[in-house]
Amino acid sequence: METLEKVLTPEEQFQARIDADIRIEPKDWMPDAYRKTLIRQISQHAHSELVGMLPEGNWITRAPSLKRKSILLAKVQDEAGHGLYLYSAAETLGTTRDQMLADLHSGKAKYSSIFNYPTLSWADMGCVGWLVDGAAILNQVPLCRTSYGPYARAMVRVCKEESFHQRQGFEVMQTLCEGAPVQKEMAQEALNRWWWPTLMMFGPKDADSPNTAQSMNWRIKRFTNDELRQKFVDMMVPQAEFLGLTVPDEKVKWNEERQAYDFGEVNWDEFWAVVKGNGLCNHERLQARVDAHEEGAWVREAANAHAAKRAAREAVAA
Amino acid sequence: MNQSEWPLWEVFIRSKQGLDHKHVGSLHAADATMAVQNARDVYTRRLEGVSIWVVESKHIHASNPDDSEAFFDPAADKVYRHPTFYEVPDSIKHM
Repeated sequence: METLEKVLTPEEQFQARIDADIRIEPKDWMPDAYRKTLIRQISQHAHSELVGMLPEGNWITRAPSLKRKSILLAKVQDEAGHGLYLYSAAETLGTTRDQMLADLHSGKAKYSSIFNYPTLSWADMGCVGWLVDGAAILNQVPLCRTSYGPYARAMVRVCKEESFHQRQGFEVMQTLCEGAPVQKEMAQEALNRWWWPTLMMFGPKDADSPNTAQSMNWRIKRFTNDELRQKFVDMMVPQAEFLGLTVPDEKVKWNEERQAYDFGEVNWDEFWAVVKGNGLCNHERLQARVDAHEEGAWVREAANAHAAKRAAREAVAA
Repeated sequence: MNQSEWPLWEVFIRSKQGLDHKHVGSLHAADATMAVQNARDVYTRRLEGVSIWVVESKHIHASNPDDSEAFFDPAADKVYRHPTFYEVPDSIKHM
């Protein structure tokens, strides 16, 4: 056995560990492409959490009650926290926080396209929690078993917190649906706007996702985009029915043979347009991020100056 | 001050009295006071802890994974260090 291991190349040894479901930790040898793929994926994930605060932050001052406002504040704070867990995980791979933020702000790094859609009414807060976080959970639960240890551990923490996000969103929708006709109409309109963009969150079709096979082989990903999209539709259609809402897709129909819902084709032209920067809010979101970073620069510098002053004072005292 | 990025800190949390502090992750902060405050906000929003330690990451010294065979394998063939190595007659109680 030992002699067999010695003839394996580092790549083969690495793959053998992956295949045995042994987690990879920061100081372990790993192929460059694995490292790069993870830095890209984890930092994009972190950026999505950060930018994801913006469409909801928009509603904090206009939440319909103090209870909803407290919930929304807690949710937005969680998203900041999720971003921080993920940036830390990415940093263990050798990149820096400054580099990742620079890539986000220059537009080089991507974040989830879903946040480039506007949140027009209070019902959108319901849809963001119920649908968007619902989709995020489907993506994230398998990532708790992803092959890179720090990423998996960050995701365990994220998933624990995320289920409150989805439930509060469903509750917002349920409250609207049980309210006046105009409130229910608001809920339906929000569903109409968010349904398709949410389906796009799972990424391009498997046939158009060339990196999926490698990511599955490295056990970074555990399910393909199309598998997750199908799971999402199967999970959500009955929930929409419970609310008395209609999913805006005439092709949605239970398929007895497949034991799954058939559904229509995503508008892939729209998907690629938003990915390439031509969504409704791409410019606004990025500008808000850059402004927050630049306007906060003096705080970061002042904290550094304060720390340096105190360190100097302690050195003299000692 | 040219250094724009705050130093990295490792965070350890005692989840309740009587348990060890356990590593939970890391964060950036300008100094130790801020690191403890940030750790409170980032890692204990749901009563996950009653005590926090922070250590600047540069002070952590770790074993090298490349040496792990030489480092840890010597313990593998010392089964007599475990109580299950010893056979105790059935009639003997409390051992």
